[in-house]
Amino acid sequence: MTKQFLLDGQPVPFEDGQTVLEAARAAGHYIPSLCWHKDFPPHGSCKLCVVKAAGRHVSACATPAKEGWEVESNTPEINGERRGLLQMLLVEGNHFCPSCEKSGDCELQALGYEYEVLTPRFRHFFPDRPVDASHPDVLLDFNRCIFCELCVRASRDIDGKSVFALTGRGIDKHLVVNAESGRLADTDFAKTDRAANICPVGVILHKRVGFAVPIGERTFDLATISEKTLKEGSS
Amino acid sequence: MSALPSDESAALDGILQRHRHDPTRLLQILIDAQDIAGWLPAPVLTRIAAGLDIPRARVEGVAGFYSFLYTRPVGRYRVLFSDNITDRMLGNAELLDALCRKLWIEPGKMSEDGLVSVTTTSCTGLCDQGPAMLVNGQAIGQLNHRRINEIAEMIRQQRPLELWPAEFFQVDDNIRLKGALLGLEMAPGEALKAAIARGPEGWLAEMQASNLRGRGGAGFATAVKWASARNAPGELKVIVCNADEGEPGTFKDRVLLNRYADLVFEGMSLAAWAVGAGEGFVYLRGEYRYLRPQLEAVLACRREAGLLGKNILGQPGFDFDIQIHLGAGAYVCGEESALIESLEGKRGTPRIRPPFPVIKGYLGRPTVVNNVETLAKTCLVALHGGADFAATGTAQSAGTKLISISGDCAMPGIYEYPFGAQISRILEDCGASDTQAIQVGGASGICLASYEFQRRIAYEDVPTAGAFMIFDGTRDLFEVARAFIHFFAHESCGFCTPCRVGTSLLKGFMDKLADGHGAKADLNDIDWIDRLLKNASHCGLGSASPNPVIDTLQKFRPAYERRLVSLDFEPAFDLDAALAEARQLTARNDPGAHLKTHEEEEEK
Ligand SMILES: Cc1cc2nc3c(=O)[nH]c(=O)nc-3n(C[C@H](O)[C@H](O)[C@H](O)COP(=O)(O)O)c2cc1C
Ligand code: SF4
Ligand code: SF4
Ligand code: FES
Repeated sequence: MTKQFLLDGQPVPFEDGQTVLEAARAAGHYIPSLCWHKDFPPHGSCKLCVVKAAGRHVSACATPAKEGWEVESNTPEINGERRGLLQMLLVEGNHFCPSCEKSGDCELQALGYEYEVLTPRFRHFFPDRPVDASHPDVLLDFNRCIFCELCVRASRDIDGKSVFALTGRGIDKHLVVNAESGRLADTDFAKTDRAANICPVGVILHKRVGFAVPIGERTFDLATISEKTLKEGSS
Repeated sequence: MSALPSDESAALDGILQRHRHDPTRLLQILIDAQDIAGWLPAPVLTRIAAGLDIPRARVEGVAGFYSFLYTRPVGRYRVLFSDNITDRMLGNAELLDALCRKLWIEPGKMSEDGLVSVTTTSCTGLCDQGPAMLVNGQAIGQLNHRRINEIAEMIRQQRPLELWPAEFFQVDDNIRLKGALLGLEMAPGEALKAAIARGPEGWLAEMQASNLRGRGGAGFATAVKWASARNAPGELKVIVCNADEGEPGTFKDRVLLNRYADLVFEGMSLAAWAVGAGEGFVYLRGEYRYLRPQLEAVLACRREAGLLGKNILGQPGFDFDIQIHLGAGAYVCGEESALIESLEGKRGTPRIRPPFPVIKGYLGRPTVVNNVETLAKTCLVALHGGADFAATGTAQSAGTKLISISGDCAMPGIYEYPFGAQISRILEDCGASDTQAIQVGGASGICLASYEFQRRIAYEDVPTAGAFMIFDGTRDLFEVARAFIHFFAHESCGFCTPCRVGTSLLKGFMDKLADGHGAKADLNDIDWIDRLLKNASHCGLGSASPNPVIDTLQKFRPAYERRLVSLDFEPAFDLDAALAEARQLTARNDPGAHLKTHEEEEEK
């Protein structure tokens, strides 16, 4: 007999070792995520996947499912927290979507629509994060970084290069590249690296392909992020 | 790659060699490397990365995490004023200003000749003898204007620290009340002999019977932790003594390490005997670096006496030794999984749990992390038996607790009470009067108002890691809470969204209220952020960070409300304040250089 838990009252089957997020998505239920990626172990930093399991808040991406659990996800309380977390990420960085090449393909923006972020709500931090345009093929616009560390993990674990790392602490945490000069051009980064093609927001951008796909025809213009995620999960 | 001067280069090579080019020692290497020039220039990081054969970005990532590592130049004299609320109450801000004026520098900026820099740091654990500072890692307490004058003079004369008056560096233990632990006189090895006589299982059973619970905050049963590590798969097991003592207002571990180091080390050996561990670490907070030489000396004596090393006390196969790792100014590294990351030479980011450290800890090995006081107390269990230990205290809290008392009282210092001691009795003992509130358990603990002073220190009532800060009727509890929020925002590791952004937002709201721009709507936002931090944070730092605000909002709400200028909404932005920089640049402060505030306009 397969084990199951209840997600918002609906039974979700799971196998031992599966996380709440994986099991839910496999069963056709959307739980949002930003720092989670199917090719990597859970990171647990963005907290967008927060759910309430047996009355306690946990990260669905990092929590193994448990038999008989009652999990709340798509509720006003939890969705309100997700909206708040998105607003926090949006005021923390400098996100001017209309001028961003990633607009329409950006997961942060798409989640903003999904969870009805209508105002910034909090004061903007307006951090000072200079752009690195040194590399011939790739531009780094740190203003939009949400610290999911996918580039860090991909470069280290897949590309075997460790081009990226985080330094600083707390609100001063920021991304650096693997060069004494601090310039991407002085690393062995290549546009074909997995790390060059994994950023969920508009930090790591390929040069000379701007607006190749017009606004209106981009990923999340065609489907919401929940629709797209579930469709990919079932294919 | 820029070149290093050859003498620095040789010194660096020596350091790398001493640490066996081992990347898990990266933090220790950075701390040592910084002693060469007082900071870590970019080529030094490059050289270290090459020497360890790890990416430079990782080295930069670690160097940037810890407050006491500097990747930009700092003064040859680095003065850090301890900035706990108790230091503030004793006037540290005025002393900092005075020192800066005497040295002609601005706080936080290095003097142009590179001689000195002066700024603040989180609580340095000298709350019973504050205001306090660290000068190049050496602690100085009992600061006053006279001392500040002398310090300024000695810095100006560039006198080496070794030639400063010795009494400046004297740190008092201030033990005021001794109980079973502080009154214990034990020859080194005695407890260990008793435990060895019982065999590992018999010794664990004794620990079980003692009901000893962790003194580091969470109150987890020590025997259960040890048994889990003992039963966990893996040959190599590890005992870690958590001497990070970062919780503001706590300093009892400092006193244990200073005067009772043998008990602490013996406790680690007792844990190793129970668990079957071969390797031990003391994670010593950077603020207590000055204790290191004497701790190393005690360890050397114990090796000499056959209490550490191979076949301890003649027991074949009982091999265990202890090394000291330094922290470098990061409160989060007291959290056990962040501590382990730091021990491995990484950024102190808390891990995802499970797996718990007892199953997979340091380098994936089963690892017991225990507080300094917990470990020292295991000596009592070994000497007198578990039942004897459990006979003191309350039903759920066996034994005694060391309390670090500071703030508004006549006799701050260390007090050892059986669990169950009433707050009012403690206040009386330390000579506190007109007490308005106390903060028990540090910034992340709880704030008690006077109507709660009949409550008791115990896991089942008022739990505490040991801090006990007293605020009399003259203190403003809003400012107390604001100081703690500043602390958490500074110490957030930045890993998870709610804590990284939430603590900074909370700090912004508290500052807005303090600046006289508060509105009712802000209190709602504060409430909301408090709840999100509690619910969604990745570790105990984030989830405890709103506690000071939650407690004081509930118990001292008028302290907030009298700061509100509007019942509705009020922008944080202050037009006139925005001109301050322009005024400074033009050296103007006449009425024409100011914008009218809107209150003035309304009056017209
Ligand atoms: C942010 C944070 C800081 C902590 N700091 C310390 C500390 O400085 N010392 C300590 O013993 N425990 C600290 N702890 C608790 C440890 O994680 C751990 O529970 C403790 O060391 C276990 O020892 P014990 O069982 O002997 O109490 C901290 C926890 C958190 C969440
Ligand atoms: S650059 Fe992109 S992938 Fe890398 S941490 Fe930032 S948001 Fe994540
Ligand atoms: S709660 Fe704070 S300290 Fe803990 S992991 Fe999150 S950001 Fe780091
Ligand atoms: S997706 Fe779970 S924390 Fe980011």
